Amino acid sequence: MIEIKNISKSFGDRIVLDNVSGVFKKGQTSLVIGASGTGKSVLLKCMLDLVTPEEGQVFYDGRAFLGKKEKERIDLRREMGVLFQGGALFDSQTVFQNVKFPLDMLTTQSESEKRDRVAFCLKRVGLEASRDRMPSEISGGMKKRVGIARAIVLNPKYLFCDEPNSGLDPLTSIKIDELIQEITHEYDTTTVVITHDMNSVLSIGENIKFLYKGKKLWEGNSKNILEAEVKELDEFVFSNHALRQLRG
Amino acid sequence: MLKNFGKFLMFLYELFTRRESFKVYWKRFIDECMIIGIDSLLIVCIVAFFIGAVVCVQINANLVSPVIPVYVVSNIVRDMMLLELSSTFMCVILAGKVGSNIASELGTMRITEQVEALEVMGINAASYLILPKVLAAFVMFPILSILSGFIGIVGGYIAGTATGIITPEQYIYGIRFSFIPFNLVIPIIKSAVFGILIATISSYKGFYTRGGALEVGKVSTTAVTNSCIAILIADYLLAELLT
Repeated sequence: MIEIKNISKSFGDRIVLDNVSGVFKKGQTSLVIGASGTGKSVLLKCMLDLVTPEEGQVFYDGRAFLGKKEKERIDLRREMGVLFQGGALFDSQTVFQNVKFPLDMLTTQSESEKRDRVAFCLKRVGLEASRDRMPSEISGGMKKRVGIARAIVLNPKYLFCDEPNSGLDPLTSIKIDELIQEITHEYDTTTVVITHDMNSVLSIGENIKFLYKGKKLWEGNSKNILEAEVKELDEFVFSNHALRQLRG
Repeated sequence: MLKNFGKFLMFLYELFTRRESFKVYWKRFIDECMIIGIDSLLIVCIVAFFIGAVVCVQINANLVSPVIPVYVVSNIVRDMMLLELSSTFMCVILAGKVGSNIASELGTMRITEQVEALEVMGINAASYLILPKVLAAFVMFPILSILSGFIGIVGGYIAGTATGIITPEQYIYGIRFSFIPFNLVIPIIKSAVFGILIATISSYKGFYTRGGALEVGKVSTTAVTNSCIAILIADYLLAELLT
């Protein structure tokens, strides 16, 4: 379980996050949604301590993360897997090497154990045939899947996905969403997904937090989001023409 | 400017904290030696050869006097190559090649979140990515410098003898005449210092890139210009110290 308490962050005069709190449960896919510029990615970076908030704390299963000693934070970080927006694959390494990288750097496993684990993760995301290709030779959706394989290779307790569907076609987006949800249930991870994709919201949103101008305005799930009586959320959800028509 | 310098010093400190295992650095060091050193061999050889050749021709053209012996031409080629051209000039050239390469590589890694990916794994991205580059530059630049000095002298020899400016015997005599062995150490020291300057300045610029592809291009240019300025200032200080 991840708990964020009173996270506030501003850049200069601009308040990006204003006293945001919430809980992300274990074994559940939690979504943080909102329009562009509402602070979703900054919240994720605060949770990972890539951006230091002015106020607030993040607890990983009760363990405070921010402001802790370097070693404690590194130990905690090694329990996290992160899928970045563009995949963040290392350009100079093959797909196989990218997935193997965390094992090389952070474990003392034998070479055969590492190879087996990488092969398993690549198979899990359906990319065993592309193991020797370079990141520049694979599609955006494949990059995301390699990113997921790399994120899960160390069996993380916490999985973070920043806009996993950005730049993908609807069909690939659905596949990526399904993969994230399957992995969450399979490994019982605490999964946090940052997104503004309504397909994701409706299909994998077991818990949804809506951010608006740096504040958390609403929390619920995919079943009750369409009935929520929050004007800003309503505008966000029904900005899609098809959904607007569906509502009538 | 003072704030930037302070940030630069903090950045240098960061390189030596939370280091990874020796094995990790060794592999990366060898890779960087290939990129910085071996990949620069061709340009260094071409530039050094023609510099040596041009210096030989120019000196001959400008030192026409019956009282000056002809072997002075190769004597000056030797000293110019060893004391200045093989280190300073060559490092300015390498600042363009190696410096822009380092800055754009790190800048691209930053804007595509590869640096953040390392950080969230608990790896010190600065140390992992940059320390091997700095060490490789420290080792490879003196080697390239010595090589360019040698190639430059050979270039002068070929240009001088082929055009009849100087005979092979006179050229060899001039090279050996009043030779100071310490002059071989000077380009090694200078290029090692320049190598560190180019690698650290370019890495610093690239590592803190913000924005997109346009900014990567800008930091690449800034890295080269800043490296060149730093080389020239360091060159003056080292000239004062070493001669």
